[in-house]
Amino acid sequence: MNWDIALFLGQDGLVSGVIYGLLAIALVLVFMVTRVIFISQGDLVAYAALSMASLGGTKTPGTFWLLIFLALIVLCTEAWRWKRGIQIDWKTTFIWTLFFPAIAAFCIFLLPPESVICNILATVFIITPLGPLLYRFVFRPIANGSVLFLLIAAVTLHGILVGFSLLFFGAEGWRISPFTEQAFHIGSVAIKGQSLIVVLVTIVLVALLFVFFEKNIFGKALKATAINRTGARLVGIPIEFCGDLSFAMASFIAAISGILIAPLSTIYYDTGFLIGLKGFVAAIIGGLVSFPLALFGALLVGQLEAFASFWASAYKEVIVFTLIVPVLFWRSLRSRHVEDDE
Amino acid sequence: MSAKLTSIALAVFACAWVFLPDFTVSLLDYVGIYAIVVLGLVVMTGVAGMTSFGQAAFVGIGAYATAWVTTSSFVAENLGGILGPTFLPCVGLIFGLIITCALAWFLGLITLNLSGFYLPLCTIAWGLSFYYLFGNLEFLGGHTGITSIPPLSIASYSLITPRSFGCVIWLIFFLLLWLMHNLLDSREGRAIQSLKSGRLMAESMGINTTSYRAKVFMLAALMASTSGWLYSHFQRFINPTPFNLSSSIDYLFMAVIGGAGYLWGAVLGSGLITFIKSYLQDIIPAIFGTNINPESIVFGLIMLFILQYYPNGLWPGLVKLFSPLVKSKKKSSIERYEPSQLSSRNMPPKGTLILNAKGITKRFGGLVANRSVSLDLKAGEIHALIGPNGAGKSTFFNILSGVDFPSDGQVELLGESMTGKVARDFATRGLGRTFQHVRLLRSQSVLDNVALGAHLRGHFGWLACMLRLDRREECALQFEAIEQIRRCGLGGSEDTVASSLSLGKQRIVEIARALSGQPVALLLDEPAAGLRHLEKKDLATLLMQLRLEGLSVLIIEHDMEFVMHLADRITVLDFGTVIATGSPQEIQKNPRVLDAYLGIDEKSEGSL
Repeated sequence: MNWDIALFLGQDGLVSGVIYGLLAIALVLVFMVTRVIFISQGDLVAYAALSMASLGGTKTPGTFWLLIFLALIVLCTEAWRWKRGIQIDWKTTFIWTLFFPAIAAFCIFLLPPESVICNILATVFIITPLGPLLYRFVFRPIANGSVLFLLIAAVTLHGILVGFSLLFFGAEGWRISPFTEQAFHIGSVAIKGQSLIVVLVTIVLVALLFVFFEKNIFGKALKATAINRTGARLVGIPIEFCGDLSFAMASFIAAISGILIAPLSTIYYDTGFLIGLKGFVAAIIGGLVSFPLALFGALLVGQLEAFASFWASAYKEVIVFTLIVPVLFWRSLRSRHVEDDE
Repeated sequence: MSAKLTSIALAVFACAWVFLPDFTVSLLDYVGIYAIVVLGLVVMTGVAGMTSFGQAAFVGIGAYATAWVTTSSFVAENLGGILGPTFLPCVGLIFGLIITCALAWFLGLITLNLSGFYLPLCTIAWGLSFYYLFGNLEFLGGHTGITSIPPLSIASYSLITPRSFGCVIWLIFFLLLWLMHNLLDSREGRAIQSLKSGRLMAESMGINTTSYRAKVFMLAALMASTSGWLYSHFQRFINPTPFNLSSSIDYLFMAVIGGAGYLWGAVLGSGLITFIKSYLQDIIPAIFGTNINPESIVFGLIMLFILQYYPNGLWPGLVKLFSPLVKSKKKSSIERYEPSQLSSRNMPPKGTLILNAKGITKRFGGLVANRSVSLDLKAGEIHALIGPNGAGKSTFFNILSGVDFPSDGQVELLGESMTGKVARDFATRGLGRTFQHVRLLRSQSVLDNVALGAHLRGHFGWLACMLRLDRREECALQFEAIEQIRRCGLGGSEDTVASSLSLGKQRIVEIARALSGQPVALLLDEPAAGLRHLEKKDLATLLMQLRLEGLSVLIIEHDMEFVMHLADRITVLDFGTVIATGSPQEIQKNPRVLDAYLGIDEKSEGSL
C-alpha cells in the first residue's frame, strides 16, 4: 500500500463514515426519545436510494404506494380511536397522512420527471412521513413495553420492510448517476465532487440538528423527553408527539442519506440492513446516548471498512461487525451502574 | 400443565408417530429441531429477560462442528480407526458444545455487565459476522458448504428415515424440556426468574446476576448447538444460509408467538411457524406468482399483531382452553420440614456491634448528599433513621446496603470492613433489606417471592436442580418461606400472585423475604408506608418480637408515632449531616430536630 492508495481509501472511508454517522445520529435520537432501537433506519435509507433510482427511471416507486397505504391505515386507526373517545392530535395526523403524500404525489405526477431536483423532493416527501406513520402503526400501541420488547418489534418491522423492498424493487441492484462528475486534484490525489457533496450536506445537516436542539422549542421538548420522560410529561410535553417528531427526523435523515449514497454504490433491496447495522455499531460506540461519540464511531467504522476491504475484502463485514466486541468490552469496563430500571 | 394431561398428550403423539404421513413426519422433525433452539430462547427471553438474535449462529457452530468432524480426512485418519461411525457424531456433538460454550462465555463476559439491550445488539452483529465467516472459510466448504455428512447410527442400524431420526430429535427435546422444567421449579429457577426484574433486588438476595445471566446465555447457546448437531445429521448437507440472521429472527418469533414465558410455548411456536410456512410456500406462489415471495411480509404482520395484542404469546390462551381439565396444585400444602437441609447462622449475642458506618461522605459531583455521617447498629435494638425529605436518608441507606459506594468513610459489617464490597457480599454476611419502591417478582406467588430470600441458604446447583436431586432442600426452603409468611401475618396468601396484594401487604412480603434469609441485621425502608392502623400495630409487634430474638433493625420511616413507640435509638439527618442521636425522648426535645421539622420561627426564637 502506498500513500495514494491510503488517501484514496481514507476518502472512501470518510464518505461512508459520514453516511454511517447520519444513521447513528438518527438511531441515537430515536432511542433516546422513544427507547426504540430503530434498526429499520437502514431500510429507510435503502428505500430512499431505491426510490431515487426508480424515479430516475421515471417509474412511480412502490414506496409511494406504501406511503398511501400506511397513511390510510393510520387515518382509519386514528378515526377508530377518536370514536372510542381518545383525544387525537389531528393536525399532525393530517400533516403525515395527507399533506406529505399530496406533495409527494405532486412531485411525482405533475413536475417534470427528468429533473433531479424534483426526484430529490419527491423522495424526501415520500420517505419522511414513513417514520411517524410506522411509529404510530407499530410502536405507539406498545410504547410502554420494555426496551427488549420494542427491539423485537423493531426487528419484526425490519422483516416486513425488506419484504416490501423486494416486492417493489426486485432483486437486482440499482445505482444512479452521480450529481456531479467534477473532481478536484490536490497533488496526485483526486477528490471527487460527489464525496464533497456528501460531506458538505452532512455538515449542514448536523449543524441544523444542533440549532434545532438548542434553539427550537420542539427541539428542546425532544431533548427534555430524552433526558427524562416522566419529567417531560409532567411539564406538559406530549410524549406521543415527541415519538412522531423523532421518527420524522430519523426518516428525514434517512431520506437525505439515501439520496446521498444512491450514486455512490449499488443498492440492493436488502442493503439497508447492513448499512443500518454499521450505523448501529457507531451508535453503540456512543453508548446510544452521545451524538458526538456516535459520529466519531461512524468515522471509525468507515475507515475500518475502507481499509478492511483493501486488505481482506472477503472478511470486510466480519471485521466491521467484530469491532463491536472490543467496543462493548471497553464499555463494560467503564460501566458501573446502581440500577437500570428497564 | 398437569402431569396426567401431559402424559396423555405424549402417548397420543407417540402413537400418531407411527401412522402420520411421511411429509408430516419430516415437518415434525424440523419442528423438533427448531423447538430445541426455541426452548433455550424461552428460558433466556421469557424467564430471564434477555434476548439473542444470534441463536442461529450457535446452531451453525453445532452443525459445522459435527459436519467437519464426521467428514474431514484429518479426523478420519486420527480417530476413525478407534471410533466407529456410531461414535464419530458423538465426538462432533461434544466438539460443537465445547466451542459453543467457550464462545458464549466470551460473549457473555463482555455484554452481560451492560444494560439489557447490549446483548441482543451484540448478537445481531456477531450473528451476521458468523454468517460471513462460515461462507468464507475454505475448509468449511465456503458458500457451498459441506456435503455427504453421515447419518446417525446406533450399532449397525442407521437412522436415515425421518421417522426413525425423529425419535431421536423428540427424545432429546422432551428430555431437555423435562430438565428445564425442573430447573425453573427450583431454588436456582427462582434466581433465574429474578433476573428479569432488574439486578438490584436479585443482588440484594445474594444472587450473582452477572454469573447467572452468563449461565443462562450459555445454556441457551448449548441447546442451539445441540439442535445444530441434529440438523446436520438429519439434513446431511449444510451451507451457511440456514444459520444467518433471519433464521435467528425466526427462532425469536417462534418463542414470542408460542409464549416466551412458557416452556411448552417452544413447541407451539415452532410448530405453528413451521407448518404455516410450509403452507404459505404452497399457496403464495399460486396467488402472487413465483418470482416474488411476500412470506416475510405476511409473517411480520402476524408477528406485529401478536406483539400488540398477545404480548405473552399464544400458549396462555391454549392453557385457558384446557383449564377445566387441569387442577391447580397448591404449593403451600407442603408440610415436611427438615431444617438440617438449610444452612443457618449463629445469631450474635445481644449488644454486639453489627453494623458500623464511620464518617460516610457521599458526593454526587458538587452535591454533598452525606457529610461524614456515622451510625451504629447493635444486636437486639431497633434504630430509626429519620429526617425531612432530601436529608440524604436514601443515599445513606444505599451505602449501608452496599448498593452505592461512599466517597469517603467506611462501613463495617460484623467487624469486617466492607469497602469495595457489593450488595451481594452484604447479603452473604447476613444483611436483609426491603426497598422503598417495592421490588417483588410481580407475576410470581408470594411463596416464591419469599423463598427467593432464602436463596443463600440452599446449596444445590443447576445440574442437581435439573435432575431433581434438590427436592428435600426445596421442601425445606418452601417450608421456611411459609413460616416467615405466617409469622408476618400473611398466612393464607402463599399462593396469591404478589402484584394482586395491596401495596402495604407487598411491603410486608418484602420483610418476610428478608427474614427467610435469616439475617443478623434488617434494613427496612419505610415499611409502614401504605399500611392501615391495625396493620401498623401488627408490624410493630413483629419488629418488637424480632428485637427480642436478637435481630438488629434499622428503619427509615416518616410515621413519627410509629417510630417513637418502637425505636430504642433515633438518628436524625438533615442536609446530609447528623443533627441528633439519642433515645426517642431526647430527640423529641432536641431543638435542632424541632427546627429541622417545624422550621425556625424568627420572632419566637428570641422568646425561647
